[in-house]
Amino acid sequence: MNAPIVQYKNIRKAFGDIEVLKGIDLDIAPGEKVALIGPSGSGKTTIIRLLMTLEEPTSGVIEVNGDNLWMMEKGSKMLPADEKHLRAIRGDIGMVFQHFNLFPHMTILENCMLAPTIVKKKEKAAVRKNALEMLYKVGLSDKVDLYPSQLSGGQKQRVAMARALMMKPKVMLFDEVTSALDPELVGEVLEVIRGLAKSGEMAMILVTHEMDFALDIADRVLFLNEGVIEEEGHPEEILVNPKSERLQDFLSRFTSSR
Amino acid sequence: MTWSWDVFFHVIPLIFKGLWITLGLTIACYAFAMIFGFFWVFMNRIPWKPVNWLFRWIAEFIRSTPPLVQLFFIYYAWPAIPGIGIALNPFAAAILGLGLHFSTYTSEVYRSGIESVEKGQWEAATALNLSVKQKWLHIILPQAIPPTIPMLGNYLIIMFKEVPLASTIGVVAMLHIANDYGAQYYKFVEPLTVVALFFLLLSYPSALLIRKLERKYNRRFDKRTATL
Repeated sequence: MNAPIVQYKNIRKAFGDIEVLKGIDLDIAPGEKVALIGPSGSGKTTIIRLLMTLEEPTSGVIEVNGDNLWMMEKGSKMLPADEKHLRAIRGDIGMVFQHFNLFPHMTILENCMLAPTIVKKKEKAAVRKNALEMLYKVGLSDKVDLYPSQLSGGQKQRVAMARALMMKPKVMLFDEVTSALDPELVGEVLEVIRGLAKSGEMAMILVTHEMDFALDIADRVLFLNEGVIEEEGHPEEILVNPKSERLQDFLSRFTSSR
Repeated sequence: MTWSWDVFFHVIPLIFKGLWITLGLTIACYAFAMIFGFFWVFMNRIPWKPVNWLFRWIAEFIRSTPPLVQLFFIYYAWPAIPGIGIALNPFAAAILGLGLHFSTYTSEVYRSGIESVEKGQWEAATALNLSVKQKWLHIILPQAIPPTIPMLGNYLIIMFKEVPLASTIGVVAMLHIANDYGAQYYKFVEPLTVVALFFLLLSYPSALLIRKLERKYNRRFDKRTATL
């Protein structure tokens, strides 16, 4: 197996008195697609938010390409990471949010062009060409000059994916990206993700409630419960033949909708 | 006391000269307040509580005391303080006094604008690896400022009407000219009426303009927030 691109080592995270992650150990291989499932409040979203540096772990180590994300070496001492350190590592990570979080004051094209232009300082004409290609891939070529408020939820989420892909992350995080969508719009978003999963060398971590989808695209499924990884393995193993009672119980709640 | 149209028409050009001083002072004070307002916001966002408390207290103090007292303090009392005292000319003292006072209002407007930007916008900017400066410049301020434009405009009109306070420390603007004229010729009604008319002539159309802006930006903001 290749050296992991992301490693969680005994990660704990508490919000006030409530401990949401109670010692997570997790390796993600380059290009691996991992689905995180589990009841709400089990800590799935927190796991990926820690990697995106939106939350800081209470204890434990997260490594990206062997670099400690939240601590940095300064002389002989280890200090909490500063913004510069975080920015250096964060470039390899991208994220798509449940509520899209598009920039409402910019057009679709501008949303996609902003970060490559100002963060990577790439030439504008090249970025524009790249952004148009990316928007074509997600099927939004006719919407490039519209504002986010003029799009449907499914279209917004596809823009959000194009925007994140523009930064060419090595690991892409998906935080319940279909949960805020009307049911009839879920399909178009999953279709784009499926395309990315089948074609890319990009590693993906998906927090999802779409069990069929997880079964289809994931290399590995992790079942989280009360802050620990309760069961993990090949999707068939986890979703078709669950061992633990909690997982069976959790999955039984989805059978009605499958 | 009788009304004299002769006096009325005689003082109009005299006071009109003062109008430019009043307008200039308004713009200078307002520019100071707009820029310095960010200073309070910045001091409140420094991740060190004692600094936040200190500056919040100072701003509260300035906001809660009358601008006239502050003008007198800056012009008359400050130069007398040994070591740090600086004597300012009336115009500079007025800009500092009124600008500082109104900066505590503009900072509140900025704060409300900044807080109205969704947390998800910060997170998306982080996920795209924008620097702190880039987040403010490209994501937060462009969304935070437009909805506050009507409120900032209101403060411009209020400030315009507070600027005559500067005549008390000797800034020769409209009110000062009118007062001098009155003292010299024992004619107060006509010059003060002219001053009031000039204020009305400028304030009222500005107020209408602000109301128009308000409708425009409220509509834009509604459309935006309705859709994330």
